[in-house]
Amino acid sequence: MSALLLQLGQILLVLALAPLLTGWVRLVKARVQGRIGPSPFQPYRDLRRLMLKEPLVGDSTSWLFRAAPYVTFSAVWLAACLVPTFAVGLPLAPAADLIALVALLAVARVWTALAGLDSGTAFGGLGASREMLIASLAEPAMLMATFSLSLVSGTTQPERIIAFVLSGGVGIEVSLGLALAALVMVAVAECGRIPIDNPATHLELTMVHEAMLLEYSGRHLALMELAGMVRLTLFLALIGGVFAPWGIAPAEAGPLSLLIGFGAFLAKSFALASALAVFETAIAKMRVFRYADFLGGALLLGLLATIFLYVSEAV
Amino acid sequence: MLIALALAVLPVLAVLGLAAGRFEGTHRLVALGCAVVSLVLLVAGAGHLLGGGPPPAMVLPFGLPGLGFHVRLDSLSALFMVVVDLPAAAAAFYTIGYASHLPERRRVTPFLPLFLFGMNAVLLADDAITFLMAWEFMSLASWLMVVSDHRLEENRAAGQVYLMMALFGTLCLLGAFAVLAGPAGAWDFATMRAAASGAAVAAVAPLALLGAGSKAGLAPLHVWLPLAHPAAPSPVSALMSGVMTKVALYALVRLLFDLVGRVPWEWGAVLMVIGSLSAVLGVMHALIQDDLKRLLAYSTVENIGIVAIGLGLALAFKDGGEPALAALALVGALYHIVNHATFKTLLFLAAGAVQAATGERRLSGLGGLLKRMPWTGTAALIGSLAIASLPPLNGFVSEWLILQALFKGPSLPPWAMKFGVPVVAAMLALSAALAAACFVRAYGIAFLGRPRSLAAAQAGQHPTPATMRWSMAALAFLCLLLGAIPVTVTDVLSAVVVPLAGGPFQVSADLGWPWLSPVGATRGSYSGTVLVLVGLALFAIVVVVAHAFGAPRARRAEAWDCGCPEGLLLPETQYTPQSFSQPQRRVFGSTLFAAVETIEMPEPGARPPARLSVRLIDPVWDGLYRPLFRAVAAIADRVNRLQSFTVRGYLLLMFATLVLMLLVVAWRQRS
Repeated sequence: MSALLLQLGQILLVLALAPLLTGWVRLVKARVQGRIGPSPFQPYRDLRRLMLKEPLVGDSTSWLFRAAPYVTFSAVWLAACLVPTFAVGLPLAPAADLIALVALLAVARVWTALAGLDSGTAFGGLGASREMLIASLAEPAMLMATFSLSLVSGTTQPERIIAFVLSGGVGIEVSLGLALAALVMVAVAECGRIPIDNPATHLELTMVHEAMLLEYSGRHLALMELAGMVRLTLFLALIGGVFAPWGIAPAEAGPLSLLIGFGAFLAKSFALASALAVFETAIAKMRVFRYADFLGGALLLGLLATIFLYVSEAV
Repeated sequence: MLIALALAVLPVLAVLGLAAGRFEGTHRLVALGCAVVSLVLLVAGAGHLLGGGPPPAMVLPFGLPGLGFHVRLDSLSALFMVVVDLPAAAAAFYTIGYASHLPERRRVTPFLPLFLFGMNAVLLADDAITFLMAWEFMSLASWLMVVSDHRLEENRAAGQVYLMMALFGTLCLLGAFAVLAGPAGAWDFATMRAAASGAAVAAVAPLALLGAGSKAGLAPLHVWLPLAHPAAPSPVSALMSGVMTKVALYALVRLLFDLVGRVPWEWGAVLMVIGSLSAVLGVMHALIQDDLKRLLAYSTVENIGIVAIGLGLALAFKDGGEPALAALALVGALYHIVNHATFKTLLFLAAGAVQAATGERRLSGLGGLLKRMPWTGTAALIGSLAIASLPPLNGFVSEWLILQALFKGPSLPPWAMKFGVPVVAAMLALSAALAAACFVRAYGIAFLGRPRSLAAAQAGQHPTPATMRWSMAALAFLCLLLGAIPVTVTDVLSAVVVPLAGGPFQVSADLGWPWLSPVGATRGSYSGTVLVLVGLALFAIVVVVAHAFGAPRARRAEAWDCGCPEGLLLPETQYTPQSFSQPQRRVFGSTLFAAVETIEMPEPGARPPARLSVRLIDPVWDGLYRPLFRAVAAIADRVNRLQSFTVRGYLLLMFATLVLMLLVVAWRQRS
């Protein structure tokens, strides 16, 4: 029963926290750039405004265009429910390991790209084409990072990886460092952050994710935006959870350790979000054809992470 | 008995098809007969697969003297009978409605039952002679349908390449069986199984790879698939791509896992390398195709490559003494075989429906079809999502299983596996991600957006016939079902792999039914069932909540497109298939295909538009086949001179041969 409550809590937590984290990134970014910036709660107001607006739908679009925001958002939300945030032992967690999480995010991406093509405009196709290019390198990179994690810990299940790291079975490993680097690079790409994509731009030449959403308005746009925010939360939780799992509440924990876990999760997420904001300010966006270098690098790092494991073993 | 009776009906249907002539009703009747027979065979195969029991065997009293035709239905044959006859039933049922669109139906309907007969007979054969005869039956019947529309030059060329490759493949298989049969000429499988020795493997494995691999479409023997599969009428393309390649994989499994007792891990590694090359090469080709059916054929190369990775891994695990992991890899490969048979057949049938409605196969002439052909569009959407290996559909489960097996690959002792398996895993992951890109492009360009031609704009005027709709709907439902209940499927497959892998496939007991969590693997788990249920619940909540805010109904308006003026938003402004794949072409194609893009700019002030042209080089065709063909032609030219010798010349030749032979005999006697 308590496990079910925990699961329910997580389902609501990721949803409630996601806009705040995005708002926090924007705020920190503004401060680092010397601006005052909007309140971190501004995304909630934006979402509410969009929800109440009348959605417009293009003349030529099919049912897929209207279904895509719901499918995209549900897929990302479902994925976020399965990643350990403040506690492990969630009843739904065995439904998907890291491979399945990658694939659930791919579901969201494919539906968004299809919606971009369904809008019947040049920008929709442009966004879809570039997004699939990014995905075709980012996905294998994340799977290779998963591979090396599974070689180190013997499992692809995030919860069990966390248990393994907490049990102290792992020291500082070159492989883990490489896998972390690969995962961070993938996270940057998947969440559409600089240097791959700029969430704040609507400049035609550089748009990727925004280009697919151009024709959306009202609640459809709100869902798509919220899906992006939940995706960011998911990656922050995943990186913070797997590589720094300290503080996370164990299965069937009492209220105190749950509270500690909650605090640790918030601290980690906000710290990572701040780091993201600083990183985004410090770096320039890449040209489209440089993506392949960046993400191909991530893929090679993931591959090296697996191979280094045996090199270090043999030496 | 039932099976024999059903098979005996097929030649009768072929004769009926020959006699049908101009009567469309008779053609439909033949298709209906094929569908019924396939259903009967499907039920018989599934009954044996689920019911278990000893494999029924029979020796038919004709064929070679002293040998006869041995037939036997074990669990592997039964599984492949399901894989073959389920899509076959759908494709035959589809043909009832499609008959009026068949370009040369008098050259197709007589051979459809023969094709089905050949494929089922391969699965039932229990001796090499029966097997090879059935194999040739299958090849020739499909070849006749490839060249049915023989007035098109490209179809004739495709038929020629296909015939050469088919003959080459059969020759290799004949060699493999001959080695297994040994000097005593024991052609039946039971004797081969008992007698298989380690020495024979070194000869059998490469021959089996060449023979079955050329039929299945493993690189670099895949070149005939993208030529021959699109040339046949769509239901036949579906059968060739979705089903016949599976029969070839059956031959591979039968030879390497069953008849040859133990294959050294090196051959597993070879199979994995070939498989990963096929996967990446196939999907890269598919990503840049404009012809929808050719795209699907290249995607078959990719999927066969994925299966080959699983099979190779299973061989390596089996040799390494890890039966549980071998079973995991083999179940993954067989699961993918079942999945590919459903969604590839579905996609080819959808391509046929599109072609029937628009007369168009090029992506650049399609668009907006989901609105105009809702049934076909929805079924094709499910097929595309499944082939892009997205959960909760079936394609994902098999890739998940193969990846789980790959993640345990480095536990094998050989260093080549420790370092090689991660590379293969990266190739598999890359091909899966590229397949998603490929099918977003194929589906999005063909079915979404606005029509790019008049034919596509008028596609909905004649509704798709009911038989075509229902067979596509049935296959789409199967894609959903096979993905939603993965554990039930793996339980069935587990019974098949026990004798082949040396152990059963088990899911860990502490999680129970809907959780797929293979024992001995990485302790990862997946549950399509739970994802479907929770995902649907979340989806329902989202829909209800989003509409409960009191938000107004959605209104239709012209697309905004960053402020494009009204009336200028033409379909031509949409992304074309070429422009969609341009980033990938530039990133991957510049090395793989030596792609060169040239832009022709008109003189300043001149009227003609600038043009972008792309030149691609197919490394396999230009690097391997063209020199090969050139060498064959050159040798043929030289040998041709033999035809115009004088009598004196021929006598001299015979005398020289005689002397040479005598010298050989003398030399052998001396030593």
